[in-house]
Amino acid sequence: MRTRQTTLISLIGPVLLGLALLLLASLPLYASAYTVILVTSILMYVVLAMSWAMFSGPTGYISLAPAAFFGMGIYTAAALGLKMPLAYVILLAGLGSFCLALLVGALTLRLKGIYFVIFTIGLVELIKNVVLWYEVTFTGTRGRFVVPVDNNTVYNIMLAILVLLLLTTYLLRRSRFGLALQSIGEDELAAAHVGVNVNPLKTIVFAVSAIFMGAAGAIMATRWSYVDPYIAFNPLFSFMAVLMAIFGGLGRFYGPILGAVFIAYLEETLITRFPYHYMLIFGIVLVATILYLPGGVVGLAPKLRNWFTRRRRAHPGG
Amino acid sequence: MLVTILDVVIAGLLLGGLYALIAMGLSLQYGVARVLNVSHGEFIMLGGMITWTLTTQFGINPLLALGICGPLTFLLGYILHKTIFRSLASNAESVGIFEGNSMLVSFGLMFIIQNLALVIWGPEIRGYSYLAQPVNIGGALFGANRLLTLSFALVIGLIFYFYLARTRMGKAIRAAAQDRGAAALMGININYVLAMCFALGAAMAGIAGMLISMAYPVNAIMGFEYTTIAIIVVVLGGLGSIPGSFIGGFLLGLVGSVVTYYQPGLALAAYYAIFILLLLIRPTGIMGR
Repeated sequence: MRTRQTTLISLIGPVLLGLALLLLASLPLYASAYTVILVTSILMYVVLAMSWAMFSGPTGYISLAPAAFFGMGIYTAAALGLKMPLAYVILLAGLGSFCLALLVGALTLRLKGIYFVIFTIGLVELIKNVVLWYEVTFTGTRGRFVVPVDNNTVYNIMLAILVLLLLTTYLLRRSRFGLALQSIGEDELAAAHVGVNVNPLKTIVFAVSAIFMGAAGAIMATRWSYVDPYIAFNPLFSFMAVLMAIFGGLGRFYGPILGAVFIAYLEETLITRFPYHYMLIFGIVLVATILYLPGGVVGLAPKLRNWFTRRRRAHPGG
Repeated sequence: MLVTILDVVIAGLLLGGLYALIAMGLSLQYGVARVLNVSHGEFIMLGGMITWTLTTQFGINPLLALGICGPLTFLLGYILHKTIFRSLASNAESVGIFEGNSMLVSFGLMFIIQNLALVIWGPEIRGYSYLAQPVNIGGALFGANRLLTLSFALVIGLIFYFYLARTRMGKAIRAAAQDRGAAALMGININYVLAMCFALGAAMAGIAGMLISMAYPVNAIMGFEYTTIAIIVVVLGGLGSIPGSFIGGFLLGLVGSVVTYYQPGLALAAYYAIFILLLLIRPTGIMGR
């Protein structure tokens, strides 16, 4: 009885996810242009939050580099958009971010705790300032134009990136590499002693997670049509990814998705009406989540379930 | 040639004094209270914006604003540590977890303070003129307000040094920085000491903000830039080493001045390049243990 119940419950998630993906895939057929654009932004944040959580969730290394990889994708699209078809641009953007993350990871993932965090903050700013300096000194301009692409294409590509990301995350979590990553997060020294190849594994997963950020950046750039280093390498993209993933909860597969959907929707609805207040609200959400909801929103579910079962046991008749 | 060198060096020292002051505050917060306070720059912004308001709206001398900015940011820092960071510390399983969580919380605080400031003051760039007349040093001209900034940084640095070296509270702070648990066992009221350190760091940021507003324009979103500079200086000096931050501040100021002389657009990039090289080669900094 108990086992059948748990298998049924564990089926709910995948079924819901599949339905949601079907609904999303057919969205451009019936929804308005506004909805498609809105959902594209939300999907972008889901991609950022999920790919951040792919590496930082199990290992506990707080990376503030998403903005660097995302911006790398944006600039790839800006530089190559006219020269080759969109699919190649996106692939190259993913590859570029992968290589950058591989380099950064190989150099820095032996840095412990807080050093790694501040390194990743510095990385975004370094790239931003170098690109800015390069543009001002050599091309004499600031910013670039990106070849625009129609909204439905942007939407479909973003959805495709998300599906690939979900698949990768799922497979990673199921594989022994996922377990190994988890063990690094629990105790890195112990993981190394039981034979986990710590540094290469961290570097590879870090780099793989960057592919999706770069690809998302490349396709989003086509929607903005104009980018400059301040837009592309905005540290806010890192903060938002972290905020969404932590708010949703890192312990579960669905956590970052829930967090990203909720906060991205909140952002889209609040940004025009209360441009300052919405960031204020996010600050409060971040502080409150870390203080009172260490497991995020999905961390609440087992607590609630316990609470219900205890109540049921307390009142067997009712 | 000589005048040029002098020019660059003095400009570097003037900038460095400011950096040193900013970084000492952050160093105290991280070195003792273990909070890598990303909202440090927001306290600087508060100091600057409050001074601007007092000076232009109420006609108060910016130097007198010191008596308001300092205590106000001190109080804010004290309350924040007593409420948020203390409860984080009591919930965290290890120092590493506390460091990660407290840094994320300080990101939240950064959003909160910055956007409250945007609601109050709006995004406009503000400035006023105070002691702007030039002073001639060996043929190079500098604003009197910048010299004032440097002397303030030196005086505060010295006072702070003697505070740490000679007073009872200073001794308690140094003990807490070395080994929190042992310090608590020796009868030091550890929560009070940590809150004091956080508050003192915030007050230093507030004072630095006041000094910045005398020489540079200020606005509500200036904070993060100063935060990153403070972090770079603190890493350069060695995380947690207060003398290191003091020296590191002047060092970075000199580097900035030299780079600006050759390639004005590259100063910030040079800071980050130094920072990243440092993290890769010698993460403990120049004075680190």
